[in-house]
Amino acid sequence: MELKDIIKPENLVYDKSEVQTDTIMHYCPGCSHGVVHKVIAELIGELGIQEKTVGIAPVGCAVFAYNYIDVDWQEAAHGRAPAVATGVARLNPDKFVFTYQGDGDLASIGSGEIMHACNRGENILVVFINNGIYGMTGGQMAPTTLDGMVTSTTPFGRNADLNGYPMKITELIAQLPGTSYVTRQAVHNAASVRKCKRAIKKGIQNVLDKKGTSFIEVVSTCNSGWKMTPVAANKWMEDNMFPFYPLGDLKDGVKGEPVSKN
Amino acid sequence: MGELRLMKGNEVLAEAAIRCGCDGYFGYPITPQSEVMETLMARQPWNETGMTVLQAESEVASINMVYGAAGSGKKVMTSSSSPGISLMAEGISYIAGAELPCLIINVQRGGPGLGTIQPSQADYFQSVKGGGHGDYKMIVLAPASVQEMNDFVALGFELAFKYRNPAMILTDGAIGQMMERVELADFKPRWTEEEIKVKSGAWATIGKAIDRERNVVTSLEMDSAKMEANNLRFQQKYKQMEEEDCRYEEIMCDDAEYILVAFGTSSRVCQKSVEIARAKGLKVGLLRPITLFPFPKKAINKLAEKAKGFLSVEMSAGQMIEDIKLAVYEAGKNTRVEHFGRMGGIIPTPGEVVEALEEKFSWEISYGVKRYY
Ligand SMILES: Cc1ncc(C[n+]2csc(CCOP(=O)(O)OP(=O)(O)O)c2C)c(N)n1
Ligand code: SF4
Ligand SMILES: [Mg+2]
Repeated sequence: MELKDIIKPENLVYDKSEVQTDTIMHYCPGCSHGVVHKVIAELIGELGIQEKTVGIAPVGCAVFAYNYIDVDWQEAAHGRAPAVATGVARLNPDKFVFTYQGDGDLASIGSGEIMHACNRGENILVVFINNGIYGMTGGQMAPTTLDGMVTSTTPFGRNADLNGYPMKITELIAQLPGTSYVTRQAVHNAASVRKCKRAIKKGIQNVLDKKGTSFIEVVSTCNSGWKMTPVAANKWMEDNMFPFYPLGDLKDGVKGEPVSKN
Repeated sequence: MGELRLMKGNEVLAEAAIRCGCDGYFGYPITPQSEVMETLMARQPWNETGMTVLQAESEVASINMVYGAAGSGKKVMTSSSSPGISLMAEGISYIAGAELPCLIINVQRGGPGLGTIQPSQADYFQSVKGGGHGDYKMIVLAPASVQEMNDFVALGFELAFKYRNPAMILTDGAIGQMMERVELADFKPRWTEEEIKVKSGAWATIGKAIDRERNVVTSLEMDSAKMEANNLRFQQKYKQMEEEDCRYEEIMCDDAEYILVAFGTSSRVCQKSVEIARAKGLKVGLLRPITLFPFPKKAINKLAEKAKGFLSVEMSAGQMIEDIKLAVYEAGKNTRVEHFGRMGGIIPTPGEVVEALEEKFSWEISYGVKRYY
């Protein structure tokens, strides 16, 4: 195909969603955050729900999510996004409300809020970026940090006697009857991005259908925090994170049922 | 004349919220204010006005639910007592920083720590000086009767929306638990979505319309120059509160030589102390701050012209006394300011207050002149 044909609208293969702003993202090259933002923006555009969406940004590297996805946003205190989302969603039941949270935000300081929001079955979508580390504050240990993993606060590797065990919070969430859909995804290659997009779409649809809480974990890379190149980080994630945090659905059912049918 | 009832202070807070068109309440049980949520749950206002009531998992969660709902332009509130308010401190700071209107009620109990469930006024500093981090202020209303518990709910919301700032009702277990006659407000409908759009559409997260920029509720600003400009704007707002919304009551102050300064429960005690002192021939008056922030500095400035002394009567070790001293100092006066207080949940008796006044100002009383330092 010649260039003049390639640029014809009918030959378009990829377009930036109009819900994604033109602001240059501050994320490190190779970081998963940007990919997940792109997917969420695309879905909001495709589903035509920009006008009814309210996003709740975390404290963490994604604190500026509100600069990149063109919907109304509230920036929550560290860990409190599920409570903020509860406030918005309860008083605005026709809105699509979602939180976007890191693993420090969701599984450590905000572990109480996420458990209770999911247990009440708040009609919200939770997007949980598990990169096994505190990216924003310079690479400290998170509850999700793997055993033996080196971080700035576990310079000799995470040691269970000193630091406790890596936490599979998504498995806990899947036990809560308030949830309808709990899944673990990744965005490290084209196939996984497409799968993750389908999962997030299902989560959004569940909220639009008022089915309770949908919870999407995305096992992610923080190449800066892990001190690896983007390519090496992807490989390390496949070799180390995926065996401990296996991808796939943990609950695909209905609100009110205590445990997954799967 | 509105509907007359005999009610507890805490129950009135709930009833007043429903009647003033409040959209949502989020709270966590703690003595001595649990009746607020209990009354709301029993009233089931969602059937009547559409108001949402939710028991949160903690005070941390309730204040952040308030943050979320207030950010969407709704009229929302929470209530707690001292330890719970401490837990809310971060959230209140975020609400002030993001410039959101909401109502927070503190039915104080004695501290520090778990302290006591008996009444106290020891959260004065926490309420008027910030409480959370950063340079911010809240409008603080101090009711002295069950009637004012009713009145200040609507007033608190009005001021919160006037300034897009959190407002607090600072009361205590005595007024919360006390039953008095109250004239309830008439029902006002909740704002419609259309009204919220007109009122708060410029900043609230009501959903990004195609024809406007997205609204972002945040307290974050990484550009120092812009963050300083934000701070200056907040300070301007707090100044405006001082100029336009300072409230106080003076009782028998016109000819008074000694001024009792007291708010809430202790001001009720001091009304009787004024009578006892006057019967003894002492010219005593009472200044009752109704707003603790803004503090009635100007009233104190004026009273300092003639008064031989001020006695700050508080159910604490002496916190408001610092603001009285500042006001006297700013007036360029050297009138003596003393404190009398009880702690641990004890309410001072009217007689005790008069004795304290006679003892602390014995020199002035015996010589009949003002003492200079
Ligand atoms: C109350 C409070 N405690 C601590 C912090 C500092 N802090 C900011 S982000 C962060 C960790 C974020 O890690 P995570 O949620 O995993 O997000 P990531 O940056 O990895 O995406 C911490 C501890 C804060 N902002 N507020
Ligand atoms: S520090 Fe880690 S999480 Fe943060 S932007 Fe960089 S790679 Fe992403
Ligand atoms: Mg992280």
